Amino acid sequence: MKINDVILRTVTKIVVFIILTLSVYLFFSGHYSPGGGFIGGLVLASAIVLMYLTSDIETVHKGMPFDFKLVAALGVLIATGTGFASVIFGKDFMTQAAMKLNLPIFGETELASVVLFEAGVAMTVIGVVVTIILSISEDE
Amino acid sequence: MKETILLISLTLFALTIMVAFFRVLRGPSMPDRVVGLDMIGVNLLSMIAIISIVLKTKAFLEVILILGILSFIGTIAFSKYLERGTIVERKSDH
Repeated sequence: MKINDVILRTVTKIVVFIILTLSVYLFFSGHYSPGGGFIGGLVLASAIVLMYLTSDIETVHKGMPFDFKLVAALGVLIATGTGFASVIFGKDFMTQAAMKLNLPIFGETELASVVLFEAGVAMTVIGVVVTIILSISEDE
Repeated sequence: MKETILLISLTLFALTIMVAFFRVLRGPSMPDRVVGLDMIGVNLLSMIAIISIVLKTKAFLEVILILGILSFIGTIAFSKYLERGTIVERKSDH
């Protein structure tokens, strides 16, 4: 049976980009205001789930050929790896560093090594959430 | 004056959520429950907006966006499940 879902497809093409932008904003605003890697990863995973809902698994995998279990494993590796990077320099585990930098366009910017840890957390959350939702909602 | 209007509208939104919750509990059919859940989401979102006006804070704006996104995706997932019986298809037929 063919179902007419033109409106859903058209809306999703725009809304997915809004959700992805919100997730990037939440990811980068996490240092001093609400947000961070976990909630950014959750919102990005919800955008991916919206794409899975509107089209099907094969179409999305053609555009995003990731194995999401591997994404989760790589995220845990990055998150713990940045924790061990401080051990190499003789500090305690998970010690984070931050520095202020004068970039040409952005002005005075604060660079923090916690961003790498948050990226690992975000990748873990994306991989785990998409894997869970795909495995509980697949047909057959 | 403004505070009073905001508090009255908060009360009315809470009343609307109660009525929609009754529809979720007692909906004769499944689509009634889905529409009730969507209505609870939208009214919750408006309540958060009014609360952030009352408290004069910008801290809840992300909450509004995320709640809207989650309610949207949830409604789509429910209606697709009711319409086709599956949520995520392996291969589309068109």
